[in-house]
Amino acid sequence: MATEAKTGSLAALWGGGGSPYRIGSKKFGMWLFIISDSLTFTALLVAYTYLRMSTETWPTPFHFSPSIIFSTVMTLVLLSSSLTMVMAVHAMSHGNRGGTVKWLLATMAFGAGFVVLHMSEWMHLINDEKVTAFSNPWNEPLFGATFFGITGLHMTHVTIGVIYLGVIATGVGRGKFTYEDVEVSGLYWHFVDLVWMFVFPLVYLMSVKMH
Amino acid sequence: MASHAMHVHTPPSGFIRKYIFSMDHKVIGIQYYFLALFSVFVGLLLSVLMRYHMVYPDAKVGFFETLWPTGAPGGVMTPELYLSLMTMHGTIMVFFVLTTAPQGGFGNYFLPIQIGAEDMAFPFLNMLSFWTTFVALVVMMAAFFVQGGAPLGGWTAYAPLSALGEIAGPGQGTGMNLWIISIALFCGASLMGAINFISTLIDLRVPGMTLMRMPLTCWAWFVTAILSLLGFAVLLSAGILLLMDRVVGTSFFLPAGLVVNDQILNHKGGSPLLWQHLFWFFGHPEVYIAILPGMGLASNILSVFSRKTIFGYRAMVYAMLSIGFLGFVVWGHHMFISGMSPYTAIAFSIMTMAIGVPSAIKTFNWIGTLWGSQIRITTAMLFALGFVSLFVSGGISGIFLGQPGLDLYLHDTYFVVGHFHMIMGVAAIFGMFAGTFFWFPKMFGRMMNETLGQIHFYATFLGVYAIFTPMHVLGIIGNPRRYADFKEFEFMGQAMSVHTFMTHSALFTAAVQIIFVINLFWSLKKGAKAPDNPWEATSLEWSIPSPPPFDNFGGKHLTVHHGPYEFSVPGKAKDYVMQVDPE
Repeated sequence: MATEAKTGSLAALWGGGGSPYRIGSKKFGMWLFIISDSLTFTALLVAYTYLRMSTETWPTPFHFSPSIIFSTVMTLVLLSSSLTMVMAVHAMSHGNRGGTVKWLLATMAFGAGFVVLHMSEWMHLINDEKVTAFSNPWNEPLFGATFFGITGLHMTHVTIGVIYLGVIATGVGRGKFTYEDVEVSGLYWHFVDLVWMFVFPLVYLMSVKMH
Repeated sequence: MASHAMHVHTPPSGFIRKYIFSMDHKVIGIQYYFLALFSVFVGLLLSVLMRYHMVYPDAKVGFFETLWPTGAPGGVMTPELYLSLMTMHGTIMVFFVLTTAPQGGFGNYFLPIQIGAEDMAFPFLNMLSFWTTFVALVVMMAAFFVQGGAPLGGWTAYAPLSALGEIAGPGQGTGMNLWIISIALFCGASLMGAINFISTLIDLRVPGMTLMRMPLTCWAWFVTAILSLLGFAVLLSAGILLLMDRVVGTSFFLPAGLVVNDQILNHKGGSPLLWQHLFWFFGHPEVYIAILPGMGLASNILSVFSRKTIFGYRAMVYAMLSIGFLGFVVWGHHMFISGMSPYTAIAFSIMTMAIGVPSAIKTFNWIGTLWGSQIRITTAMLFALGFVSLFVSGGISGIFLGQPGLDLYLHDTYFVVGHFHMIMGVAAIFGMFAGTFFWFPKMFGRMMNETLGQIHFYATFLGVYAIFTPMHVLGIIGNPRRYADFKEFEFMGQAMSVHTFMTHSALFTAAVQIIFVINLFWSLKKGAKAPDNPWEATSLEWSIPSPPPFDNFGGKHLTVHHGPYEFSVPGKAKDYVMQVDPE
C-alpha cells in the first residue's frame, strides 16, 4: 500500500534527534512562540471585529491627510526595517560580522523610528483629537480602547524587538552568537512586521472618513 | 547541530544552583510537584470549609473570624466569603494543581528521560517557567490578604462582574486585580513550558525513538503542550483586555446602561459575551490540558501491570490528537444559556458529541488492554483503574450536558458541579496519584508503602464517588450551584440530608489524604531502597539508576530498538523487552 510505504519511510527519517525539517531547537522554539503570539493578536483582532460589528455607530474619523499619510510613512519605515533585517541575516550567512552589526543597527534605527512616529501619532490623537482609551468626541469609547489596545500591544512588541536586536548586535560584534541566533531574531522581527500588515488596514484604513 | 552541542552537562555546585534556581529538568519537575502538592491542600481546605458552611450555615467557627475578620463577623461565614472561597478553590485547583502537576511536574521529570534526552531543549527557559509559576501562585495567595479579600467571580471570572471594581463586591477590588495579574503570569509560564516541551520532543529524541515508539505519556504531554501553546495565548489577550477595563477605564466587556447599586455606569458598547468567547476558547482546551496527561499515564500503567501491550497504540495516539483538535471547536457548549443562536448551539453540540468517539476509543482500548490479562494489583494500578472508572462516570454526564435542550435546565445546577469534578477534578487527580506511586521509586530512589497506598486508594475511591454522585441527583431536582446556603429553598427541604451526607463524605475524603501525605514523606526518608526497574517496565527511565544521575544516562549514547509496550513476547526469557534491549 502506497500510504503505508510513505509513512514507513517518514518514520525511518524521523527516527529521533531532529525533525524532517531539520531545524535547530532555537529556531523551532521561535516558530512555536510566533504561533502562540499570533493567537494572542488574533484574539485582540477578533475582539475588535466583534465589538465593531455589533456597534452600528462605529466612527470612521481618520482623514486621508494627515492620519493616513502619517501611518503610511510608519508602514514604510517598518517595511524598510524588514529589508535591512534580511540584509543582516544575509551578511551573517557569509560570516560578515561587521556588516551584520551595521544592518542590525539600521534595523533598530527603523524600528525606533517607527516607535517615535507612532508615539507622536498617539500624542496627536490624545491631545488634539481628544481620543483616549475611554472617551472620544464620537461617544463610542471602544474606538479608542481597541485602537490603543491593539497598537499598544504591537508597539510593545516592536520595542522589545529593538532591545532584542540590540542584544544580538552587541553579541555578534563581540564574536558571540551564531548565524542561527541572527536568523531567529530575524524571524521575530519579520513576524512583528507581519502583524502590522494586519493592524494597518484593520485599524487605520478601515477608519477612513467616508464622504 | 548547534543546539545539541550546547548541552554541556556538569552538575552545578552550591545549594542554590542545585536545588533552588536549578536548570535540571528533574529538580524543576520535583519543584513543580511540590508546588502543586501545596496548592492541592490549600484548595482541599477551601472546599471543606465551603461544604461545611453549606450544611451548617449558622455555625459560629472561631477561626473563621481570626482568618477573615470582615468575611466572617462573629465566626459566621458571609455569602461573600463563601463566594471568594469558591473562586479561589476553582482557580487554585485548575491552574496550580491540574495544570502544573501532570505537565510541569511529571512531564518535566520524565519527558526528557523517556525520549532519551539529557535535559529539556531550553533548560534556562524551564527554570524561568517554574519561577514565574511560583510568583503567580504567591500573587494569587496574596489576594486573600488584601483589602476586601479574594475575588468572588468564580474561576471563569465572568464579565461584567469581573470587569467592575470594588463596586461589585468586596473582593472585586484589589483581589480581582491580583487574580488577573496572577493568571497573566501563569499564561506566560505555561507558554514557555509549552514551547520547551514541544521543542524537546521533536528535536531531542535519541536514534530509534520514532514518534510511534514513544510511550503514550509522551504523546499526552505533547498534545497537552500544543493545547497550552494555543489556549493560554488567547487567555493572555482576554486578561489584558479585562485588566484594561478595570484599570484604564475601557469598556471591552461592559455594555451601556449597566446599573450597579442604583448607579448608571459610564460605559458603552462592550460585550460580556466577548469575555465568555475568549475565556472558553482557552477554557475548554484547559480541561483537556488537565486530563490528557492522566490518560497517557493510565495507558502506560495499565499496560505495565497487565503485562500486555497497549491495545491499539496508534488508535490511542490518533484519539488523543483528535481530542486535542476537537477541544478547540466546542467552547460554545459552555455558553448554551448565555444567549446563543440555536443553530450555533446545534453546531457546538454536534462537535461536542463527536468528542465522545475518541474518548470511547480510549476507554475500549483500556478495557481491551485489561482483557484476559494477569493483572498485578499495585497502588499505581489501582489508581489507574480508578482513573478509567471516574473518566467513564464523569464522561457520560458530559454527553447529557452537551445537548442544548438538557443543558438549559442542568447548566446552573449541581449536575454540572458533579460532572466536571468527576472528570476534570478527581479523574485527573487519580492520574497524579497513579503517577506518584508509579514513578516515586525512580524520582527518589525509594519505594512507597503499598499497604498504606492501597488503604488510601480504597478510601479515596469510595469517598469521591460518595461526594460527587449525589450531586447529579441534586442537579436533576434543581439544586442551583454557586449558592452559599439553601436556607431559603423550601423544595430543598429533604434534599438537605443529601448535602449533609456529601459534606461528611468530603470531610472523610479530605481526612484520608493524611494517609497519603504520611506515606509520601515517610517513604522519602524510610522507604525500602528501589531497584532500577521495580515494575519490570520497558521505557527508558527504567533502564537507568533510581534516582537517575545528573545527566540521566551517564554520558551513554542510547539507541532505541523496540516499541514502548512489549510485554509477554513469546520466546523470550523474561516477559518484557526493554526499549533499549538490542533484540
